[in-house]
Amino acid sequence: MRITADGLHYKELNEKIFDAVQKGEKEFVLDDVNGQRFIADALKGNIKIDVFGVPGNDLGMFMDGPTITVYGNAQDGVGNTMSSGKIIIHGDGRDIVGHSMRGGTIFVKGDVGYRVGIHMKTYKSSIPVIVAGGKAGDFLGEYMAGGVIIILGLNSSDELETLGEWIGTGQHGGAIYVRGKVDESKLGNGTSQLKMTKEDEKLVRTVLIDYCDTFNLDINEILASTFTKIAPQSHRPYAALYTCD
Amino acid sequence: MHMYSAVPEFRVNIDRDRCRLCQRCIENCSFDALDWRDDKVKSFDDRCVGCQRCVSMCPKDAITLTRTPSVMSRHPTWTEDIRRDIYAQSRTGAVILASTGNELHERVVFDNLLLDACQVTNPAIDPLREPIELRTYIGKKPRILELEGEGENVKLKTKLAPKLKLDTPIMIAQMSYGAISLEAHEALARAVVMRGTTMGSGEGGLHKRLYPYADHIIVQVASGRFGVHPEYLDVAAGVEIKIGQGAKPGIGGHLPGAKITEEISETRMIPVGTDAISPAPHHDIYSIEDLAQLVNSLKEATRYKKPVFVKIAAVHNVAAISSGVTRAGADAIVIDGFRAGTGATPKIIRDNVGIPIEFALASVDQRLRDEGIRNETSIIASGSIRSSGDVAKAIALGADAVKIGTAALIALGCTVCKRCYTGKCAWGIATQDPQLRSRLDVEEGARRVSNLLSAWSIELKEILGAAGINSIESLRGNRDRLRGFGLDHTSLEILGVEAAGT
Repeated sequence: MRITADGLHYKELNEKIFDAVQKGEKEFVLDDVNGQRFIADALKGNIKIDVFGVPGNDLGMFMDGPTITVYGNAQDGVGNTMSSGKIIIHGDGRDIVGHSMRGGTIFVKGDVGYRVGIHMKTYKSSIPVIVAGGKAGDFLGEYMAGGVIIILGLNSSDELETLGEWIGTGQHGGAIYVRGKVDESKLGNGTSQLKMTKEDEKLVRTVLIDYCDTFNLDINEILASTFTKIAPQSHRPYAALYTCD
Repeated sequence: MHMYSAVPEFRVNIDRDRCRLCQRCIENCSFDALDWRDDKVKSFDDRCVGCQRCVSMCPKDAITLTRTPSVMSRHPTWTEDIRRDIYAQSRTGAVILASTGNELHERVVFDNLLLDACQVTNPAIDPLREPIELRTYIGKKPRILELEGEGENVKLKTKLAPKLKLDTPIMIAQMSYGAISLEAHEALARAVVMRGTTMGSGEGGLHKRLYPYADHIIVQVASGRFGVHPEYLDVAAGVEIKIGQGAKPGIGGHLPGAKITEEISETRMIPVGTDAISPAPHHDIYSIEDLAQLVNSLKEATRYKKPVFVKIAAVHNVAAISSGVTRAGADAIVIDGFRAGTGATPKIIRDNVGIPIEFALASVDQRLRDEGIRNETSIIASGSIRSSGDVAKAIALGADAVKIGTAALIALGCTVCKRCYTGKCAWGIATQDPQLRSRLDVEEGARRVSNLLSAWSIELKEILGAAGINSIESLRGNRDRLRGFGLDHTSLEILGVEAAGT
């Protein structure tokens, strides 16, 4: 189903999608999208949505299953609290990409904003994954409780500038992988830089095969660089903070 | 170095003539304050929390607890509590954790408000013989009603916003599975189904065992987003965004990893043993506009079929904040006063942050009226509603309904020992220990909570009848039926209540 979003309020656009899904429609192409929020909000099932233009905040929020491809940039809150599915952005993502996501995959070709992957969680076999090809802003992986974030910095001339400050502040699970080195002073309290293990390398390779395939990139060129792993020192960072008497 | 060592707060007295050495008290003490030594029951008073489990379970009534007479010198500023806290903190360097509600301020404003009754002129109504309406609808009310058609075909043209229909204006508050046991959760759920009202899921997700009651459950979306997924939103009666809670305004939540059992892990959707941290703010909310975005995302997710609540703690600028929350599209605002209970909070926050619900409620109601938007949202008051008297007073001050938490737990058997944070609740309420949980009989618990709701509802009808009012609607915001005594001029002005005798 092809919908021209030009001039439609997000309520109208999302209602059209919802009604069509109720009738069994599985594939959508949305043209002239210009800031409409909550596209595919809480949508379930094997549904494919191609978005041309710039979708508004909270794209794919609470989503459980669908695949969204954006041919353009996205705004804040891509994949907010999503359960499963896939979001591909052929441009930049903005702040809080993957806020509290507990499953599924978000691939961003370009840069991402502040607080990306905040409070991501792993749940059983469900491991949320975010990959950005460009740079990431401050507070990457804040309160991160699980999942995988990979930042490639393919467009940075200085690899120390790939990440912002306060990386992984309050992180208590999951892992952040960065291509190149990370300035120690940029790490938040409670996180450490670790050497890549064989398992880490295998994981990064598996994810990047899919990522490079999606954006037509040369995986060998990317994997030729060294990667740094950032992980929490404890699953219970605040265990000694309280006393009972 | 020798430091003062506090004398235990309680002394366990065992009447040796009555004790028949059955050891039931030992089995029942979850705090290890009783043990079997030299063929008799021995008490370790320093571990006793005064929960009364042993007292209640002793078949011979052989145990009594007494408060240990204080041996510390008295001082009005450096009270015993303050000294004990300083000793503990100088030992550990840690934040003092506390449960239940504010202990520092003894005066309750509700107790300084008096309800009205009819005498001679407009007659009182007898609720036993005449109908009195407690039905309450929570949600936006239209500014005007438009009708279309003629004669017998008149239809409502105005599209009504989704509402919750309650048989009594008393709801059960948001308490998470994790903070309380699954048995406690299920007992509360059964009770609200029996009484035509609702309970909250709390922020820890909804256990599958509670899904059959979900059309009476308001599910919570807090900053940790634990257990929030499409089905969770789909099955619920409504969705509540938790911004803050009265026992810890501005503070995030923190369920220690030690309490994340297999079942809790499943409901919260996080790994076993990992801390469940709810950040202080929602990281997608930094403004009223952002709040509107989360409200709207939840309305989209539930296809505009369910009311979206926003819960805030009663803080200094609560009236202005509530105006913003209303404009953000909340169908109901829950205001949680500074006495509100909790499973765990830093004591300093519990006792010092926030304002009384009575003042918050009156100022919010007034502000929304002044701005002409009172119909746009319902106001729900919570935080230490102790009786139907408090319910009536809260409604007269402007609430559409109230929520009760601690009162419902007391109905389940809680003795307010204030040790919820230990997870060792001997009554099976604030614990995840399978053995302790089995002490709570879900059916009996449900009956007791249902009885409480029923009793308070009957009392509410008595209060209304005495005031010559036949519908709870007519008490709402009707401050003329309240009088204050022992309150200063400014307090009366904020409450919008005249002094007793005027």
